[in-house]
Amino acid sequence: MMKSVAAALVAATAFSAPALAQDIKVGLSGTFSGPNAANGIPYRNAAEVFPKTIAGTGVQWIVVDDATDPTTAVKNARRFVDEDKVDIILGSTSTVTASAMTDVAVEAKTAQIALSPIQIAPAKRPWVFNLPQPVPIMVSAIVEDLKKRKLKSIAFIGYADGWGDLNWNALTAEARKAGIEVTTGERYNRTDTSVTAQVLKVIASSPDAVLVGASGSAAALPQITLKDQGFTGPIYHTHGTVVKAFIDAAGKAGEGALMPTGPVVAAAELPDSNPIKPVSLDFISKYEAKWGKGSASPVAGYAWDAMLLVEAAAKEALKTAKPGTPEFRAALRDALQSGREVAGTNAVYRFTAEDHYGVDERARVLVVVKDGAFRLAK
Amino acid sequence: MNATIALILLQDGLTSGLIYGLLALSILLVFLVTRVLWVPAGDFLVLGALTLAVLRQGEVPGTVWILAGLAAVTAIVETWRAWRAGDWRGWPRLIALVVVPSAAAVLATLWLAPQNAPVPVAILLVLALVTPIGFLTYRLVFRPMVDQPTLTLMFVAVAVHYVLTGLGLTAFGSESFRSPPFLPGRLDVGFTRLSYQLLIVLAVSAALMAALGLFFGRTLWGKALRATAMQRFGARLVGIRTESMGALAFTIAALIGAVSGVLIGPMTALYYDSGFLVSLKGFVGTVMAGMASFPLSVLGALLVGLVETGASFYASPFKEAIVFGLLVPFLLWRSAVQIRTRGKGHE
Repeated sequence: MMKSVAAALVAATAFSAPALAQDIKVGLSGTFSGPNAANGIPYRNAAEVFPKTIAGTGVQWIVVDDATDPTTAVKNARRFVDEDKVDIILGSTSTVTASAMTDVAVEAKTAQIALSPIQIAPAKRPWVFNLPQPVPIMVSAIVEDLKKRKLKSIAFIGYADGWGDLNWNALTAEARKAGIEVTTGERYNRTDTSVTAQVLKVIASSPDAVLVGASGSAAALPQITLKDQGFTGPIYHTHGTVVKAFIDAAGKAGEGALMPTGPVVAAAELPDSNPIKPVSLDFISKYEAKWGKGSASPVAGYAWDAMLLVEAAAKEALKTAKPGTPEFRAALRDALQSGREVAGTNAVYRFTAEDHYGVDERARVLVVVKDGAFRLAK
Repeated sequence: MNATIALILLQDGLTSGLIYGLLALSILLVFLVTRVLWVPAGDFLVLGALTLAVLRQGEVPGTVWILAGLAAVTAIVETWRAWRAGDWRGWPRLIALVVVPSAAAVLATLWLAPQNAPVPVAILLVLALVTPIGFLTYRLVFRPMVDQPTLTLMFVAVAVHYVLTGLGLTAFGSESFRSPPFLPGRLDVGFTRLSYQLLIVLAVSAALMAALGLFFGRTLWGKALRATAMQRFGARLVGIRTESMGALAFTIAALIGAVSGVLIGPMTALYYDSGFLVSLKGFVGTVMAGMASFPLSVLGALLVGLVETGASFYASPFKEAIVFGLLVPFLLWRSAVQIRTRGKGHE
């Protein structure tokens, strides 16, 4: 107890005294406002329960908003490397803004952990890491479930944007491997007021199941319309839909919706042998102590996992270099891609120099909406 | 595509087309009377829909604070203007117009909202809360710049749209809202089933359009509005206060927006920023009618709704492109007609 009070005091003084050389500085840019705000805000909330010291050293979390604007995201990244001289960059929390920041990270030789799935070009691989599960890993869980249920075809309805494309491409690729027919691919916009026409086209192609390639509460519109038009097969969603807003928006029509997600969602139902379980439960208790019961989400878990990765890497890097130096930034990167496993809330991460995605099928479970909550699908 | 699907699509297209049609009316009205391109039309629809959704949850909607704040700012600014000009003649009446309806709506909502007001009362509250925002927007923003060029007015209208979207975000948050339906289910008419919601939208928009028609055709205020729309300068010469007409046009436009919001609220989930695309589609409807005729604008908007639904069915990735692409042939046709008539005028 005394020890933690002392640590907190040390942390508090370290925090109030600006630019102490031995502090680790971490820049976090996220989509806390703008179109992707609903997805971004949990990251900021998680950052507020981050520890003030990691690996026995004070740490400054510099959290800034990029308003879901790639230009602002790049400005934030510049600010991180030029003014704040951060040791590592986290973010951003949408695919577009996170991708925009990679140039600055590579140029400044500062590691970046993207908190939204992005495509990492080989030239950028030395400095850019991807933390959330890549879409194909998530979609493969859906295709596996289709095979288990002996279903032969699936239709797609998703956003007419990058997120829709990612899921559509993953679905067509994974389904081809599994010999499952994709009957049609329909698109809509998040703010559309009706998807009746697209849903009728989906139903007319008579699929065994449907994948809704959307996110959050906007995924409720196809779910409700499908049920309303009498579709009875299983309806799958993306992991972007595992938020309470979807359950609220879909109401009764949401019951039975299936989606792949990080194990943190069903942490309490995981077997005790799973290394993710204790980490998840610890995160949930800390997060919900501040933000209320039922507030923890896999998205907030990504932020927590980024913190855990920085912590694990800092432990190694501190042995060879001082924070704030180019050597420390390089050491931090090397420690991140050392191939050691780090158990997080959403996955067991194992980055190597060749693989900066670092997750496997332990990083997802299939959940079902039951009685207004996400439960592990049996 | 078979007949069943075609009928459902037709219903869907008509429902959204009618909503676009109502917005097209408000856009055209504001444009003809004040030359302001009414970009925030959809924001008023969203305000109406979200206010209704929150009211039906038995909570006080954030619209109350938007209205109260706007009324307070307008009252202060108008007082300052009167003081600077040293002219207090119109001031008491103006302040009464600004403060009384807003205060009444705000107080009534604060009192009734927590008691889970019945649906008709909730709807009246929505109209009472949203309509004055149109009037206040005119007094605060557009009246002082009444002589500015159309382009300036358009940019200011875009700015107002962003301000309203921002206020919507703070008042309602980033998640979507959907009110419970007034009458769930469908009416079986033999060959197809009509959703009650479509019938309600149809009845209300027909009634609203008829009322507007009567207002413009039979009442002094309506005729004055039409005169202002046709020829501002001439209207002023015959003693019409064109500024009051502007205020009236904005108030009616806000009322139409609120009514459309009430209609669309139970049909779909709306976000604080859903309004812009709906405005644009209403705008496409008015442009197809040459920004001149009310009935043709409604027809244009209906066509937009039908084309949108058809495009969603046949080529959903391109549906927005198809809807806005509709503008191109219509603009070509209109400009061709214009050149020909102008040519004739010179002969």
